[in-house]
Amino acid sequence: MSERTIRLEQVTVRVPVADGDLLILDTTSVELTEQRIALIGPNGAGKSTLARLVNGLATATSGRVSVDGLDPRTEGRAVRRRVGFTFTDPAAQLVMPTVLEDIALSLRRTHKHRAERDEAARAVLRTYGLEDLAERSVHALSGGQRQLVAMAGVLAIEPDILVADEPTTLLDLRNARMIGDLLLGLRQRLILVTHDLELAARCERALLVDGGRVVADGPAAEVVEHYRATA
Amino acid sequence: MIGDYRPGTTWMHRLPAGTKLVALFAIGIATLVVRGPLASMAALAVAIVLLIWSTGPTSFLGTVLRSLRGLLIMVALLFAWQAWQSGWPRAVETVGDILALALLATVLTVTTRVDDLLEAITAGLRPLRRVGLDADRVALTFALTIRAIPATLELAEETRRAAQARGLERDPRARLTPFVIRVVARAHDTGAALHARGVGD
Repeated sequence: MSERTIRLEQVTVRVPVADGDLLILDTTSVELTEQRIALIGPNGAGKSTLARLVNGLATATSGRVSVDGLDPRTEGRAVRRRVGFTFTDPAAQLVMPTVLEDIALSLRRTHKHRAERDEAARAVLRTYGLEDLAERSVHALSGGQRQLVAMAGVLAIEPDILVADEPTTLLDLRNARMIGDLLLGLRQRLILVTHDLELAARCERALLVDGGRVVADGPAAEVVEHYRATA
Repeated sequence: MIGDYRPGTTWMHRLPAGTKLVALFAIGIATLVVRGPLASMAALAVAIVLLIWSTGPTSFLGTVLRSLRGLLIMVALLFAWQAWQSGWPRAVETVGDILALALLATVLTVTTRVDDLLEAITAGLRPLRRVGLDADRVALTFALTIRAIPATLELAEETRRAAQARGLERDPRARLTPFVIRVVARAHDTGAALHARGVGD
């Protein structure tokens, strides 16, 4: 597939609440082609929803989403193979008892034989410096280790795009820097939802989302500066 | 302790996952078919011996009994109710069966990697693909159920501590309501995470 563009055209997302509909994202149109893109803005602004549209975890009430030419609504399986997604709290993402088993779970689709799958999972762990944790219970990991293992589980299937939803929010400074450096060094295209403005400023482009709309869009350093000045 | 695999080299550890699953299923059926308190006590004795053998006596007395504290309280209440309603023999039979199966399930999960269980269930259900059964999905559901037990206990403990921190440890609502909400939220998040990872596609 030649097209490398994530496109939102007039996308609106509403969710039903007790007294009607809540507008989460309001007629948003963007075209994302850069390697590293940050989504910043206040809590409840619609950043995570915008990010979830890319993986098909959220669906547009109206408008059209296209990921490298694929429609997440009708070609969900193909989109999920192309787009990896990591969550703020990795606890929900780690579903198997040990680190090795959790990585291997991601590989079940591509490696049918157990021995082959385990070897591939160990190779993934080696890539991210996690080989010593292979047999460790996912309950016994530190916050930084959990986030790293969750990311390794997603990156194991070698997606083209990684969407990371506030990956450093629950981490201490050292782990936040470690995860941030890892994310920015990936070969995958990155869409990073974050409140860490230093990390956001290291991306190529940033979108400032507020009240369900993209209110600023441009080079990351400039958008971050604008946000600092107006927040 | 159910859901927590403990590496080891015992005979139970080396037994194929499929064999252990079939044995557990067969014993479950047997507890329904073979009636009477003596049979229940025999099953319970076998379960205790297997669990001690699999985990070691120290671990059995420490971790295992502590992790089964909630279940033991529940069966004690059930025992009292059954003894009052149906007499001692029936109470011994009911409680003995429940405890025996819970302990045997613990033996299975303590001595078997979840990945091995996934493989065994997938292999066992493969012939049913002809009638449209998705063996991978059933196996994953089974594995997630096992995994959910320690995760839910962890949430219960966190909720208890949160209630304690607010001085509400004796208020059932302060413990039960947030616990249920958190369990549902965790289930929702896990579903989203599996969906995002393409597991089950």
